[in-house]
Order: sequence, then C-alpha cells, then structure tokens
Amino acid sequence: MTTDYLKGVADSNLWWAIGPEMILAIAALGLLALEILLPRKDHRFIPLVAILAQVMVLVAVVLNFHTAWMGESLFGGLIQLSPLGQVARVFFLVASLLVSFLGTVCLPRTKVPRIEFYHIVMIVTAAMMLLVQSNHFVMFFVALETVTIGFYILVSYFRDSDLTLEAGLKYLVLGALSSAIMLFGIVLLYGAVGKVMIGGVAHTGFEFPVLYEFLRHHPDNFLATAGALLVVGGVAFKIGAFPFQIWIPDVYQGAPTPVTAFLAVSSKAAGFAVLLTLVTKVFTPLEPVLVPLLTLLAAATIIAGNFSALKQHNVKRIMGLSGVSHAGYLLIGVVASFTVPWAASAVWFYLFTYMLASMAVFGVMAYLAGENDADQELEHYEALARNRPFLGGVLAVGVGSLAGIPPLAGFMGKLLLFIAAFHAHLYGLLAVAIGGVIVSIYYYFGWIKAAFFESWRPAAGAESPAKPAITVPTMAGAITLAVLALATVLIGFFQQPLTSWLQF
Amino acid sequence: MNSLDPQLLQLAIATPLVAALIMACGLPKRFSTKLAAVAFTVPALIALWLWKEYPAEGGAGYHYLSSTDTGLGMFGINLKLGLNGIALPMFLLAAIVGLAAGLYALRSGAERLKLYLTLLLIMQGGLLGVFSSVDVFFFYFFHELALIPTFIMVGIWGGRDRNYAAMKMTIYLTVGAMLSLLGLIAIYVKSGANSFDLIELKAVIAHDGIAASSQKYIFGLLMFGFGTLVSLWPLHTWAPLGYGAAPSSTAMLHAGVLKKFGLYGLIQIALPLLPEGAHWWAWKLALLAGVGNVLVIGFITMAQRDLKQMLGYSSVMHMGYCFLGIACVSTAGSGGVVLLMVAHGLSVALLFMLATSVHHRTHTFDLAEMGGLAQKTPVLAALFVAATMASIGLPGFANFPGELTIFVSLWKFSPGMTAVAVSGVIISAIYGLRAAARVFFGSPSEPLQRVMAAHPPVDMGWGERLPALLLLAALLLFGFYPRALSLSVDQALSPAAPGISTMPIHVSPLRP
Repeated sequence: MTTDYLKGVADSNLWWAIGPEMILAIAALGLLALEILLPRKDHRFIPLVAILAQVMVLVAVVLNFHTAWMGESLFGGLIQLSPLGQVARVFFLVASLLVSFLGTVCLPRTKVPRIEFYHIVMIVTAAMMLLVQSNHFVMFFVALETVTIGFYILVSYFRDSDLTLEAGLKYLVLGALSSAIMLFGIVLLYGAVGKVMIGGVAHTGFEFPVLYEFLRHHPDNFLATAGALLVVGGVAFKIGAFPFQIWIPDVYQGAPTPVTAFLAVSSKAAGFAVLLTLVTKVFTPLEPVLVPLLTLLAAATIIAGNFSALKQHNVKRIMGLSGVSHAGYLLIGVVASFTVPWAASAVWFYLFTYMLASMAVFGVMAYLAGENDADQELEHYEALARNRPFLGGVLAVGVGSLAGIPPLAGFMGKLLLFIAAFHAHLYGLLAVAIGGVIVSIYYYFGWIKAAFFESWRPAAGAESPAKPAITVPTMAGAITLAVLALATVLIGFFQQPLTSWLQF
Repeated sequence: MNSLDPQLLQLAIATPLVAALIMACGLPKRFSTKLAAVAFTVPALIALWLWKEYPAEGGAGYHYLSSTDTGLGMFGINLKLGLNGIALPMFLLAAIVGLAAGLYALRSGAERLKLYLTLLLIMQGGLLGVFSSVDVFFFYFFHELALIPTFIMVGIWGGRDRNYAAMKMTIYLTVGAMLSLLGLIAIYVKSGANSFDLIELKAVIAHDGIAASSQKYIFGLLMFGFGTLVSLWPLHTWAPLGYGAAPSSTAMLHAGVLKKFGLYGLIQIALPLLPEGAHWWAWKLALLAGVGNVLVIGFITMAQRDLKQMLGYSSVMHMGYCFLGIACVSTAGSGGVVLLMVAHGLSVALLFMLATSVHHRTHTFDLAEMGGLAQKTPVLAALFVAATMASIGLPGFANFPGELTIFVSLWKFSPGMTAVAVSGVIISAIYGLRAAARVFFGSPSEPLQRVMAAHPPVDMGWGERLPALLLLAALLLFGFYPRALSLSVDQALSPAAPGISTMPIHVSPLRP
C-alpha cells in the first residue's frame, strides 16, 4: 500500500457529505452528556432537545437537498450520494421525529430510563441514513448491524414486562441469524469476484460497481448467485417478507409502541431502500433468477400477511401482520423496478404515505394504551368516535389510508405500484395484490367498526369490558396527529409536491 | 354557452365538499343545517342551469371542459371535468336526487345530525364528480369518495342487521371497485395512450384499437366489476340487505344515483372503447341479466314481506333491464339505458323516501301488518301509488320511454330475450301494486290499530312533501317530454353526429 493510495482515499473523505449523520450522532451523544450534567428536575427538557436537534438536521438536509456531491463516489468508494438517498434521509429523519414524539407520549407512563431511548433512536436513524448511501458491502454491513443492535435494545426497552423480554429475545435470535445469513452471502460474493488482495485492504470485491461489472459478465456464476440470494434473504428478514415474517407479530406486540412504529416504518423503509439499491445497482444482471424469486416472495408475503391478520384482536399484531402485507405490495414495486424505471420512486411514494398513515394510527394507539403496553385490544376502541371524536377521526383516516381507500394517500400509493406492475406485465402478482386488498378491507374495516359503530349490548346489568383510560392528547400531540391526518387526505387529492420531489 | 360555465361545473362539485369540510372542522349545529341546505341547493341550481345552457346541437363532444394537474400528470391523470350528452342527464339526476335526499335528511331528526349531513354532502360531492369526470381515473376516484360514506352511514344509522349489512356491502363493493379499477388500468396500459383522459383514449383507440383478445378480458373485468356495483345477478346479494339496513337518504342516493356508476361506466367507457369485447360478452351478459336479474330476482321480489327489502330487490330487478339494454350493443339500447337510469334513479329514490315515511306512521316495514293507511294519509298514499306506477313503467312517467326503447332495441338482439324482459313488467306490476294495496288499502291490521291508537298518523307535512314533489315532477316531466333528455343522449351516441368517428357503436346485427 503506497502513500499515494492512502492520499487518494483521504482526498475522497468529504466529511461534509455525511454531515447530517455526524451531527445526529454527536447530538445523540450530547443527550447522554446532558443527562449527567443537568439537575434531575430539568431532565424533562432533554426529549425536547432531542426533537429540536432532529428538526435542525432535517432542515439542513432539506436546504441542501441538491448537494454538490450527488453521484460522486466518496470515502474511497464506501459511500455514494444519490437523489433517492437524499429522499431516504428526509424520510428517516421525519420518521425518527415522529417516533420521538410517540416516545414522549408512552415513556412517562413507565419507570424505565427515558433519555437512552432518544439517544438510540437518533443513532439508529443516523445508521439508516448511512446504510442507504452505502456503495460498498463493508459499509453496508456495518451500518446495518448498527441499526440491528440498536433495535435489539429498543425492542426490549420495557425490561420489566415479560412480553417485551420475550419479544427482545426473539428479535435478537432471529436478527442475529439473518445477519449471519447475509454476511455469508456477502462473503460468497466476495469470494466469487476472486480478487483477494493480500495487502489487507480488500476493497474491490465489496464495491457495488465492481460486483455489478462481475455479475454482468458472469450472470450464471453459481457462487455469486447463491451469495446474492443469501443477501436478499437477509434483507427479506428486515422487511418481514415471507417466510421470514414469523417474528413480526410477537415482536410488534411485545415491543413498546414507539419502537413498534419505528420497526414498522423506518426499519421496513431501510430494508426496501437497501433492496432497491441492490436490485438497481448490483444484482440487476441476475434478473432471470431474482424476478421469479421476488415475485413468488411478494405473492406469498401478501397472502401470508393478510390472512394471518384476519383473526387478530390485538391492534399491535394487526399493525404487524398488515405491515407484512404492505411489504408484499412494496415488493411488487421492487420487482417492477427491473423493467420500469420510475418504480423505485413509486416505492418511495408508497413508503411516505405508509409512514403518514401508520404514524397517525400509532399515535392514536399510544394515547389509548394503558399501563400494559402490549395489551391493546380491538375492544378498547369501542365508542371511541363518540367519546373522543378527534382521535376517532384520525384513526379512521389512518386506517382508511392503510386499507388503500380513495381519496386517501394510501390509495394513490397502491395505484402507482399497480400501474408499475401493469407496465412490467406482472398480471399474476396484480391479481394476488387485489385479492389481498380485498381481504385487508375485512380487518381494517373491523377496526373502524369497533371505533365507530356501537354494537348492541344487553341493557340489564351487562358491564362493558374494562378498558385502559385514554391519555388526553396535549396541544402539540393533537397538532401532530392532525397534521398527519390532514397530509394523508391532502396527498390523496394533490400529489404534486410529493411526485415532483420524488422525480418520477 | 357562457364562458363561466366550466367554473360553475367545478363549483357544483366543490360546494358540497367544502361545506362538509367546514362542518367537520366544528361548525355549530344550527349553522350546519343552514349551510347543508345551501350546499345541497347550489349544485341543483347549477345543474339546471347547465342543462338549460347545453347546446341543442351539442354533438358527441364534451362541453364545459376544464383541466387541472393534481400531481399525476406524468401518468396522464388530470382532474378534467366536463359534460357530454350522456353525462348531462346523469349529472342532473345526481343533483336532483341529492337535493331531495338532503332536504329529507334535514327533516329526518336523525341522531348526530351534523355528522349525517356531513357524510351525505361528501357523498353528494363524489356523485357530482363521478358524472362530470372526463378523466377515467377521477371517474373511479369520485365513485369511491361517494361510496365510503355509504358504509359508515349504514353502520351508524342503519336499521336491522346494520353491522352485518355494512360489512357485507363494504366487501362486495370493494371487490367490484377493485375489478373495475383493474379494467380501467388495463385500458390505460393496453391503449398505449399514456393518458386516462377519455377523449384522448377514444382518439387513440379509434386509430389503433386494442387487440380483440385483450378486449375480451378487459370487458370481462369491467362487466363483473361494474356489475357487482350495479348488483348483476348473482353478485347482487349485498343490495337488498344493504338497502334494507341503510338510512333513507343514504338509500336514496345510493340506489338512485351511485349505483348507476357501473352502468354509466359501461356505456361511457366500455362500449365505445371495447366494441369487440362487448360483442363477445353480449349474450352472456344478456343471459345473466335476463334470467337472473329479471326473472329470478323478480320472483324473489314477489315473495318479500318487508317493504324495504322488497324495494331493494325490485331495484336489483330493474337493473336487469339496463344490462339487457347494454347487451344490445347498439345506439338505441344504450340510449334507452341512459333514459331508464335517470327514471329509475328518480323513482327508486322516491320509493325509498316514502317507505321511510310509511314507517314513521306504522312503525313497521312488515307488509302483513299494514293496511288502510290511505284514509289517514291521503297525500302519502297518492304519492306512493304514483311512484309505484312509475316504477312499473306506466306511460306518462319517465320509466316508460326508457323501458320501451330498451325493449325495441332488444327485439333486434333477440326476440326471446324481449319476451323475458316484458314478462318482467308483469312481475313488477304484481309486486308493486300488491305492496301499495297492502300498505294503503283494506282495513288496518290488529297490531297497526294499536300503533295508530298510540300515535295517530298525520299526513305528510311540507318538509316531506317538498322532496317528494320534486322527484315526482321530474318523473312526470321526463315522462311526457323525454326529448328533454334524449336529444343530448342521441347526439352523444349516434354515429351520424359530427365528430362521431371515435365512437364505434353501431346499430348492427350481432356478430356470429
């Protein structure tokens, strides 16, 4: 290794390019310092500091949206900024802001330490932002593991609850397994490319452009294909695609509600961002293998998610299993992205609408949950619309959007994916998706029914089942929920801002 | 034509929606009822104005056009509004029935009246949007906008079995809507037009056409998708149940107007764009509609003992005529369907409204427990009998020219099918007249006498009479002077009109 080489690498270290991630990580560390330095009575301000820091990073990213380093390979090929990467940054920041907001609702009800929660959320968010920019499998894996380890802690955050600990253990074991599978795949790919550098810096076999070139020339290399499939399998675990969806219901139920939201929105989006990057930048030549495989995966995911959600009564499990089906719809977009150039944008559009709707629903769930966070049943929603019309309205908009009912944003997301699928001639998959949407109407509508339609009860002496007391939303909380619901409705009518920004 | 007319059309759709938004944001109740009354009246006045202004030589094209890009312009989706000769009568129907349903709802004294009116206004806005959309996507979009409040209204204010009915309606109608959405996207993709604009789609397809094999499956998707929404046998089971449970204004708007979405879609989109698919499916559709909707459902209707269920089934049965008219794949057949859609919309809305008025006085829908109401409430009896006559298709009411046109064009398609259809008229005369007789004539039954003793029935006040007379007046007007509608319909459908080359419907013998 020569000094020239090192100098070349150092020249490409443009720290400004990953400024948002660094500021976020430094702010996260600052939170811990504040906890030590500030007197105990002032600790209640620390969440505000966390939210403020995230807002500032978000503003910085939005202002520098068209950064000068777009498309350049930075840090010796570890990172490449892309327009969709910028979109992903904004997405993860908005999602983490909303998760922090949910944290301010849920955490004060318990005795667990609070500051670490915001710290870990911010670190994980920074790691996700790096993950989607990565252009190199080492960077990719390190960022992914940072995300996963953060989630190990977050899932078991309410450590005095049995269900939470069970969820944490399940997530740990299965998450570690999936990471191992993915790592094995990466190694196989590296081995197949075959240029092992003895000098210790084995950069070529991990770089996405190098892998792409190799696969383009050897699309039927068995070792590389096997490696690619294992990597896709690892990602499938993150997004909860069939047959890696079995961890979802228990983990979603046991995890604290803000973490469930974080898993459902950010973790899934990170998985899809990674999958899109891999499919469009690395594994494109493997289309003959990957398209049938992903098609099958998408169909099975839609079917498994929808049918297992049908019989659920716990709303967190419903969100989890219906989230599986959403992963299935999104996979249609991934399959279509092999042939339809704008399909990746459609996937992001869907993810944004999914975030708005899910966060609105999770917000209502956070206000309705009692002491036991895992115990959130459909029955608790009875007469919600009469007693708390505002929460009922937000819930209806959120659930309606998840179900894909026009004129809400979720419908537009599905529509764009379906049009992409039509252009890509995925007729079988479309039929399955339509069937899935119809099945999903049953459980989503059942939720709305629980909240809006009062069921008939025998009048004499019959008590309605006990339900936890509803936390009254604060002004800021109400505004947040109202903005989410309003955005969901408005995007249903006017998609202009989102579509022009996503560069269809 | 006035240069402000396109804006008037937009205003007609926006008024109910904006009013609903204002009411949802917490307008006090006493202002809400006033605002709702205004928001139901404005579109009706605009619709009458646009109808009067519609050029006599309107041709096949669209008028009052306006276009807005909402953000899906790259897919060729724009909010394009306008009316052609087929859309105009439907738009008028939506505005009139909407006004009647709104006026009736204002006087209904429903619990949580503000929410009820808000949902009705959303529905009304969606309905007006459906029939004025030139863009196929927004045509579907507005339909769903109108459909969702239906489910909620059935669930909250519904009668017997409301939860079950709401769930069943939701699932059936979602299936139908999804199938038709697939069909519409398939047209978009297969035409290669990269536009959902119906005018452009027609132009591109007239030039290139869609392959016959694609036409077959797309028409099949649309036929069963729209068919489910219009209660094509055997996908009709949601309809009697849903209408039986729905509150009256919802039933009026849904059975009267929203249900016509599917038929309108078949005439406006499927027939001109997919002529070969239509020919291939014609006989299958005719058999389903003729044997299923007209005969089977006709007999089932005769067996009903519940007034509202009977009306629900009779509405399913009358849709059979409309499908038969579409199966003719001819100008006259389609034209007859448009006339009948308007007429049926007015008459079924009137019947559902009057059925609720009857219920207020008898406290039951059971036909066996009624009788003799005519002596106490002569105006209600007269209106109900008139509406029944209209529904049977007696000359003088708007239903007659519609049914007659369909029967005439059906004769060219198949005399046997015409015999089936005409026998349906006899069936509907039997159940219609029998129901009217059971409710209003004879002597009151034992239970009814007790109810009447407790609550002496009073005749309809002006609050109830006004919407009823509005609907009846329209029925009579279009019955005695069908040209008021048929002129524009004829110009939109006839191949002789200028610029019609993009509309390949011909009165032609069926292909082998």
